[in-house]
Amino acid sequence: MTLEPKILKTDILIIGGGTAGCYGALTIAENSSVEVIIAEKANIKRSGCLAAGVNAINAYINEGETPESFVDYVKRDSDGLIREDLVYTIAKRLNKVTEKIESLGLPILKDENGKYVSRGKRSIKINGENIKPILAKAVEEKQNIKILNKVNIIDYIVKEQKIIGAYGFSIEENNFYTIYAKAVICTTGGAAGIYKSNNPGFSRHKMWYSPFNTGAGYAMGIRAGAEMTSFEMRFIALRCKDTIAPTGTTAQGIGARQINGKGEDYVKKYGKPTTPMRLYSTVMENRNGEGPCYLQTVGITKEQEEELYKAYLNMAPAQTLKWIEKGVGPADENLEIEGTEPYIVGGHTSSGYWVDTDRATTIEGLYAAGDVAGGSPKKYVTGCFAEAEIASIAAMEYIAGKKLETLQDSEIDQKLREVDSFLTRAAGPYTIEQVEEAMQKVMDEYAGGISTGYIYSKKRLEIAKQRIDELVDISKTLKAQDLHQLLFIYEIIDRLDVCKALIRHLEARKETRWKCYQENADYPEKDDANFLKYVNSRYENGEFKILLREPVERDDIYEH
Amino acid sequence: MSIKIDKEKCTACGKCLKVCPGSLIYKDETNKAFIKYEKDCWGCTACLKECKAGAIKYFLGADIGGKGACLHTIQDKDLLHWFIVKPDGKEEKITINQKDANKY
Repeated sequence: MTLEPKILKTDILIIGGGTAGCYGALTIAENSSVEVIIAEKANIKRSGCLAAGVNAINAYINEGETPESFVDYVKRDSDGLIREDLVYTIAKRLNKVTEKIESLGLPILKDENGKYVSRGKRSIKINGENIKPILAKAVEEKQNIKILNKVNIIDYIVKEQKIIGAYGFSIEENNFYTIYAKAVICTTGGAAGIYKSNNPGFSRHKMWYSPFNTGAGYAMGIRAGAEMTSFEMRFIALRCKDTIAPTGTTAQGIGARQINGKGEDYVKKYGKPTTPMRLYSTVMENRNGEGPCYLQTVGITKEQEEELYKAYLNMAPAQTLKWIEKGVGPADENLEIEGTEPYIVGGHTSSGYWVDTDRATTIEGLYAAGDVAGGSPKKYVTGCFAEAEIASIAAMEYIAGKKLETLQDSEIDQKLREVDSFLTRAAGPYTIEQVEEAMQKVMDEYAGGISTGYIYSKKRLEIAKQRIDELVDISKTLKAQDLHQLLFIYEIIDRLDVCKALIRHLEARKETRWKCYQENADYPEKDDANFLKYVNSRYENGEFKILLREPVERDDIYEH
Repeated sequence: MSIKIDKEKCTACGKCLKVCPGSLIYKDETNKAFIKYEKDCWGCTACLKECKAGAIKYFLGADIGGKGACLHTIQDKDLLHWFIVKPDGKEEKITINQKDANKY
């Protein structure tokens, strides 16, 4: 089997029809007649992070809070290192995008005066089960948005240091796509499946982050030479044991405290209860023999229990199924918690493209938003909407007066032959699954996974680097029997490129800034004098060049 | 954790294939749906909610505490009924009005 070349042309290509991608397309369609293609490897109705739903809007400026106080919070929670310009421009848009999604049909809880009911300072209560179909429907109704479902994008097309489109293939039909665009917005999400997961057997995909977000946007950017930031600030979630369901619904919703195996409230022993510290304290209690750790739910009312069952069905149904299957709910048994494997995800931490305040990447014609864009942690859903709006407006301004650029047929043929080679060659020594398992094991053991308590050292990273390089070579011998296996191969290739960048970033931060997220055994202390800076990288001539960049303030307009 | 598709109940409508965020569901030679990559299921339940025939059931693997119960859904306008059926046939039903926001 080989693929048939097809050529498509549009004004703006959006890669990934998830939270940010759909919102960005909608922004463009509602403000212009610019033509948009969304290339989505699944189907926009349920693709991306919002597939099962979401339990709350976690980035909203409630009464008494301001965009400024939001930036202060994110900075505090991230140990002083964020791109304030990025977080601030998001913060100023959070409430507007929330009203927009409500107008599209998202139910938001209101009090008798019609005001949103807060769930803490920056959170409001919703029914988020249907949020993705609501968003997808709004996108599908727009005439100037063309949706390419089941099309996996594999690389940007770069011409004279400019992005002029992207290559991809269909996983349903034998089509190889060359899509030309005046600008490209990358909204592919972050990367899961880099490290061995909590449940590596039958339930290997019972993970927090979408297992179908495999770092394609990061990898394409790395290969094209875009500057990347903060891969070393990994995100590790504190989650319900086994089901990896969110804990915030229980912790914030009913005010459950974290307790250890002896019933002691342990987080405060370790310092201020920031997001990484709630996780770190749990890891330490387990290491010190004080586990298992729990959210203390025993004693809640049956009505509260019933509401928790519903809340979890609206975003993580496995947890409700587990409670009911066991026959013992949270009113009678505390909820055990654990840390997940590390993910690379710019919506929660800072990993991703190094962008200017308009969300332009360092390569002309390429913009980034959502989990794939770096520098601004704690975006959550509404932050991704806000960032997509900023990137879309900037991309619309950029394309004004621009013409499409194209390639010679011979250049397209060369890329097509590369893709076809995975389909036509004889099988190599290893299967796709074996390479994936090996990658996750290496990263777990040598780059700070669950098995080493998230800690890494230079010595271990050296081994990781060598093993990942070997796996990159093996990945070039993989054979695809069908289009879905071709997708699996490109997902492995992308994750290996993310691993390579991640290893270099972990090594380059010669301090420990964030417990668990980035804990360097060779440098166990925080070093503000040398490292209150962003660790950035650029892949050039087969090597990663590390750049340390100075903090950007909230009123700065950062330009490359 | 994964899903099971009941071939007897499947009407070959193809909606679950379309919506799976991992594209893990395929058609067999009779156009009925089957899960091709069982271990790659994320457990999002998007396919359950698409299936008007109630043919798709979601279960927890034994590795994460499953004991043989299955979950399926039936949509009735704004009401989404969730059914959990245990191995002994006992059934629990939780109904959620999709217009109502979570209390937590």
